[in-house]
Amino acid sequence: MMRYERNKTTISSEEQDILKRAKVCVIGCGGLGGYVIEMLGRIGIGAITAIDGDVFDETNLNRQLLSEMSLIGHSKALAAKERMLSVNPEISVNAIHTFFLPENAEALLMGHDVIVDALDQIPARFLLQETAERLNIPFVHGAIAGWYAQISTVFPGEKTLEKIYRKDVVKGKENTLGNPSFTPAYASSVQVSEVIKLLLGRGELLRNKIMFANLLDHEIEIAEL
Amino acid sequence: MLIKIRLFATLREGRSKELSLEMKEGATTQSVIDKLGIAEQDVAILLINGRDGRLETKLNDSDVISIFPPVGGG
Repeated sequence: MMRYERNKTTISSEEQDILKRAKVCVIGCGGLGGYVIEMLGRIGIGAITAIDGDVFDETNLNRQLLSEMSLIGHSKALAAKERMLSVNPEISVNAIHTFFLPENAEALLMGHDVIVDALDQIPARFLLQETAERLNIPFVHGAIAGWYAQISTVFPGEKTLEKIYRKDVVKGKENTLGNPSFTPAYASSVQVSEVIKLLLGRGELLRNKIMFANLLDHEIEIAEL
Repeated sequence: MLIKIRLFATLREGRSKELSLEMKEGATTQSVIDKLGIAEQDVAILLINGRDGRLETKLNDSDVISIFPPVGGG
């Protein structure tokens, strides 16, 4: 099969099979999630769950890969599934058009190997951390604001979000800085590389660490937490 | 005692990337952010000498504080 020919030899045939059997849940199909799903699907993750209760509006067009003029008002989660059908029909995308809430959190996350945090509200990220811990599933956190991005990989019990967010804050600096096109693309690339390494058991993960990227001044800080 | 502070992202605006402050013995991280006019809600990641720190931590001479604002967009 030629589809994954250029994954080699970065990813071996045996590793490609591991990716094919993997189940990855992406919560949020906006700026980060759109790119994350695109990259997971192209590299050959066999089963992707795409969760988002939102629909596209005009303000999404500056950065959200899955958004198009013709999809204004359309479900973001369904757009992810449709996009992957045209890019890689060999994988399955389960699109779930719903918001991530305390009452559905456990049912949505259950059964996955890895979860990708592509949410845009800090309280929902804490809900993800608590639920993933209960289900014993690792997750890869990503967040953006303006020129800045942060990524961390969190295993059950590590509670990394408690070291990087205050619980009384709902939104970060993105509220005033907005999000340009390149920041979600950057952060999501690092998130996807963490997911792949986690699944394949290779390389260094950002565990108990945070990568903070400042694309304005070309500064990458990796801090131990 | 002399405390070195490294500021990240928007916290640099109207301040600088790195600065040093002379603080009284027993001063905490909280007193440093108060002196710099940084709102508590703007302190998300707080490192003291490269490790996770607290606002109530008492500082020592030559400590290095790094402060990052909250980044939460998706």
